[in-house]
Amino acid sequence: MPNAIARTEDIELRLLLEAIFLKYHYDFRNYALASIKRRLTQARDQFGCRSFSQLQDMVLNESGMMDELLGYLTVQVSELFRDPAYFRAIREKVVPHLKTYPSLKVWIAGCSSGEELYSFAILFREEGLEERTMFYATDINADALRKAEMGVYALERMKLFTENHRLSGGKSSLSDYYTAGYGAATFDKSLRKRTVFSDHSLVTDAVFAETQFVSCRNVLIYFTRDLQGRAIGLFKDSLTRNGFLGLGAKETLRFSPHADEFTEFSRDERLYQKRGGI
Amino acid sequence: MPEPAHKPYRAVVIGASAGGLKALSAILPHLPADYPLPIMVVIHVPPHRRSLIAPLFEEKSQVRVVEAEDKTPIEGGCVFFAPPDYHLLVERSFELSLSSEAPVLFSRPSIDVLFETAADAYGDGLIGVILTGANNDGAAGLKAVMAYGGKGLIQTPATAFSRAMPEAAIEACPSALILDLDDILLELKNAA
Repeated sequence: MPNAIARTEDIELRLLLEAIFLKYHYDFRNYALASIKRRLTQARDQFGCRSFSQLQDMVLNESGMMDELLGYLTVQVSELFRDPAYFRAIREKVVPHLKTYPSLKVWIAGCSSGEELYSFAILFREEGLEERTMFYATDINADALRKAEMGVYALERMKLFTENHRLSGGKSSLSDYYTAGYGAATFDKSLRKRTVFSDHSLVTDAVFAETQFVSCRNVLIYFTRDLQGRAIGLFKDSLTRNGFLGLGAKETLRFSPHADEFTEFSRDERLYQKRGGI
Repeated sequence: MPEPAHKPYRAVVIGASAGGLKALSAILPHLPADYPLPIMVVIHVPPHRRSLIAPLFEEKSQVRVVEAEDKTPIEGGCVFFAPPDYHLLVERSFELSLSSEAPVLFSRPSIDVLFETAADAYGDGLIGVILTGANNDGAAGLKAVMAYGGKGLIQTPATAFSRAMPEAAIEACPSALILDLDDILLELKNAA
């Protein structure tokens, strides 16, 4: 059983998350505890606090503290064409379906600093779908959204991104899409001319558009199962009949209350299709 | 309800790195089909997206062996491997969570992350096992396991393929038991 220190810490942690919600309306109260506790412990130590209560005092009373803490509360790790097999499956299996639509809306939920968005934008251009598509790239972290909108990444990451793109079945050279200089790769702004970047929370906000494809990878892993259920419910409501949902490589709908509302479209790549008639 | 005094343990966590597959082969395939405790394992592997380790051990073992998916409920008699390139964490609700947080001590999955979160969930009902490995991941994790009243087992460095990891764990946890693989297996069997 957890000991007395751990129990006191838990109380303080819950109070901290409640305080953040009441003051800033960021709702982390139903995030999976193990990971968020680790990250807030790092933040606590980093800011020289003895306890979560002391961190709570800082975040409530010191300006700019919330923005800093948001960097700990949200995890921003991504790559262009991360898990190339996912994008290959989209090219080979999903794109033929998408080509039957005159216009498309694609939602990149939890887009972080934009790597997933640019992957989709490049893939859709290569597959001739770009001109009929509107992208929504959403996240709760304003700082990450700003980075996504800039589309600038460290040049040293391009080797990995290029290899991922090639393995995804890329039909062009990744270097066609960015300019290199001063250690940075700046992606062509035409890639995002059909993208709306927006602050949106899967925890507290509602559906905002009807979409044909939702990609939400390695975002829901930070949620409890209940909260995952809410987010999947949003995706289900947003998707048109037979619309597609893509999850992260180790995520599954198997434990979700919405499992019956989707079919496994490509099992290994975690691509699901919303059933007709729902 | 209080647990019977002779069976206080509720879960096992194992960490291994270089040489770990062979060391695990001396343990997992020898557990009986009705072994009641859940076992969570982090072994450092290159971040290729698909891992063959769980199917390999599933083939050789009587207990069930799977690669953890996010929010998998923890069940006794099942071995859960951390998937490549994700941290594996234990929730208080006794589900497994995955995380793409930054590597810890250059490792993702990290042994420390698994052990620390498992200690938080299981308290003194946890056994932590550190096997062969060439870095010091797991030392802080095993220290957390023991700080919560759990039991620590460390492979004898002289018998380890790579002794850095068990040596770092011994330094961090002087009261842990230092055992050969056979005796670690015996401890795990007797704990159930």
